[in-house]
Amino acid sequence: MAQYYNIFTQIQVEGPAHEPPPIEDAHNRVGKPRTSKLIGWFGNPQIGPLYLGKLGLASLVCGFIAIEIIGLNMWASVGWDPIEFVRQLPWLALEPPPPSAGLSIPSLDQGGWWLMAGFFLTASIILWWWRTYRRARALKMGTHVAWAFAAAIWLYLVLGFIRPLLMGSWGEAVPFGIFPHLDWTAAFSIRYGNLFYNPFHALSIVFLYGSTLLFAMHGATVLALAHLGGEREISQVVDRGTAAERSALFWRWTMGFNATFESIHRWAWWFAVLTPLTGGIGILLTGTAVDNWYQWAVKHDFAPSYEEAYPVVEDPLEDPQLPTFADPDWEYAGGVQPTGENLGLPPEEGDDLEDAIDEQAFQGVDPEAVDGDAEVPEGTESAEPEPEAAEPEAPEASAMEARPSPMAAVPTPMEAAPTMAATSPMAAEASNEGANSPMTGDDQ
Amino acid sequence: MTGLLKTFLVFVAFLITFGFVVAYDTTETSAIGAPGVAMQITESTTRLEDKLEDNEVPPPLPPARPGGALAAEEYENVHVLGHLSTAQFTRLMTAITLWVAPEQGCAYCHNTNNLASDELYTKRVSRRMLQMTQHINENWGQHVAQTGVTCYTCHRGQPVPEYVWFDAERGPDQMIGNREFQNVANPDVGLSSMPANAFETFLDGEVANIRVQSDHPLPTGNRRSIKQTEWTYGLMMHFSQSLGVNCTYCHNSRSWGDWEQSPEQRGTAWYGIRMVRDINQGYLQSIAGTLPEGRLGPHGDVPKANCMTCHQGAYKPLLGHSMLEDYPSLAAYVEQPVIEDEPEEETTPEDEMGEMDGDFEAEAEDEPDVEPEAETAVRPTMAPAPTMAATPTMAPTMAATMAPTMAAAPTMEAAADGE
Repeated sequence: MAQYYNIFTQIQVEGPAHEPPPIEDAHNRVGKPRTSKLIGWFGNPQIGPLYLGKLGLASLVCGFIAIEIIGLNMWASVGWDPIEFVRQLPWLALEPPPPSAGLSIPSLDQGGWWLMAGFFLTASIILWWWRTYRRARALKMGTHVAWAFAAAIWLYLVLGFIRPLLMGSWGEAVPFGIFPHLDWTAAFSIRYGNLFYNPFHALSIVFLYGSTLLFAMHGATVLALAHLGGEREISQVVDRGTAAERSALFWRWTMGFNATFESIHRWAWWFAVLTPLTGGIGILLTGTAVDNWYQWAVKHDFAPSYEEAYPVVEDPLEDPQLPTFADPDWEYAGGVQPTGENLGLPPEEGDDLEDAIDEQAFQGVDPEAVDGDAEVPEGTESAEPEPEAAEPEAPEASAMEARPSPMAAVPTPMEAAPTMAATSPMAAEASNEGANSPMTGDDQ
Repeated sequence: MTGLLKTFLVFVAFLITFGFVVAYDTTETSAIGAPGVAMQITESTTRLEDKLEDNEVPPPLPPARPGGALAAEEYENVHVLGHLSTAQFTRLMTAITLWVAPEQGCAYCHNTNNLASDELYTKRVSRRMLQMTQHINENWGQHVAQTGVTCYTCHRGQPVPEYVWFDAERGPDQMIGNREFQNVANPDVGLSSMPANAFETFLDGEVANIRVQSDHPLPTGNRRSIKQTEWTYGLMMHFSQSLGVNCTYCHNSRSWGDWEQSPEQRGTAWYGIRMVRDINQGYLQSIAGTLPEGRLGPHGDVPKANCMTCHQGAYKPLLGHSMLEDYPSLAAYVEQPVIEDEPEEETTPEDEMGEMDGDFEAEAEDEPDVEPEAETAVRPTMAPAPTMAATPTMAPTMAATMAPTMAAAPTMEAAADGE
């Protein structure tokens, strides 16, 4: 009896292999049954026969393809170096398409592999779900497992498919990778103003932590009753024995209320299922219905404000005290004479909120363009070149087209810039100086 | 069997528990905010001790003896420090040697047969760096305050500062395995897998703002993506690593973008970003044509500065010790005296590079009062002088090779496309 108190199963029953109840299409089972002492410490010592079937096979094939695409991309990203692949594995990833690609189907190196891997992984998961449903039916079971699994699939689909569709960009989806998907999670919370203030996120955490608490309480209760037949949980639902009576009494004594041997399983099932269900709702609302959860919480009066105990600063962008960058010896090195205009905040500052970051800034430097820069024929530049002449627009544009930017912002169906310019303190200044921005011009 | 297993398991549990305790560095935490809001500065105690060693300041050289002729009178081809007396000038040259090239000595920058010669690129670069130092101290008080910077702030006894950056590696440029500057353990972003190419934009590019969050609860057209956020997050990891501080040193983590809740250090950092952008674009890019190929990065770009270049893991470089007090000639640019009777036909043919900017006169008067070197009180009062033309051998090549690289990336691409 005392063995029940151990963390490993101490009693291993060995005998003729366990035969299932008579079911349809049992002929699909593969493998001869065998037993394992090691496995017996953790579960039933019998391994196999396994039911694979067409769905299982299709699911495994799809899953294999997805893992191959992800893994080979990761390997290629370190130049096919096997040692680096192992060493950097937690950092490696397959990234979704750049946000600028929207919902188009990009080239393979620009996220096409991600789309393909996502398709096969989703197919694999859904085929596996179908398999759990079908096997449960075949065994004349309820389909509780399949629907609990479906709750997890809901969260997966929201993150990688439904929300990106609503946002109009595959780039909003999660990368495949160990650290990268965690970085994505952190960045997601930062971008949308702190998920801590997202009520559905809070609910999801309640159910998640609640699940672990219920699991521990229930597991502990049943183990503690094992020597009284407590493991016969379901039979004690209708035929309450001393184990059920004692556990009920225990919890009534300690917390005034107790679940029954039946309802504790419903508690656990619902807590587990509601974790991804509420979490998925929270993700779905983020960016689509709410853009900054902290501001949303302030608006609805549940983000408390504190007297700051430390000195704070005004946003310097409101009144930048930048020096004029006049430098008397600039000509010595043969460069452009700097003025406040070409080194300070440029007149396009208002636009910069959208344009500089969204297009040019996130571009990255094209290595080829920089390489070629070293050899400029003599005499192409005078000692004092005109600053304007040094910045032709066309080559920049063509360089951008040549390589779609992974970092560019989500293309917007609505014109974002006017709104941003209107809210930007710099917009007023910008429109004073630069007539090159029709948007800020319109605002005036 | 089970007895052995139990003993083994207990042993493993013991190892794990106490292993963590021993492995964890002891940290000190000081709260700066209201109780219970986790606004706190976390610091490892052993790291603090390391910092003390790493940030020892070399003792200042004895003050120069007062009086004497001006360096501009005595020496040829002096463009930045000509207003110093020769004693002050020599003192500063000695200090720079100790700070920058202690092993290589004077010959690292000078032709020892002709100290005035600009033939070594290191001398030409040094001049530009002296101008940069003066520019930082004079114009970027919002970031460097009265502490200021000297050559030693970055160089620390090495000809090339230990912490410089080059344009990031995009990763394989092929059909498969495109990682777009991210997804490898990169020390530039705190060994995270975040994108490591934010320096190009925020520390060297056109003016761009980091802010990705909205000011409004509901969507109002902010199309910043999660990838953009990761990209700026990588930059923030660099800040954290460079200063040896955690996020709440500058931010209230409940609302990163909210200035009303941000500690004032965030303002200092804001100006720091612009200062680094200024020195990268205004000074380091300007030596692109001067540096030999071996000093350039894999993409042919110049070594550039970021937070780590000066801070080197300390929240204030050299833990806030000001070396500028002992070397006040680095505090600001001073207009150079005109030496009228100097022939110099060979070295300064004429002022073909343009006149000095007259706007600078007013700023030159803001000088620190206490300075060891100032005992001779040499203060130039002459008008802006056209003495700073390049040497004839340099001028044409430098003008041609440098000018295109002066401006930001788009111009570089333009120059390349033009070929």
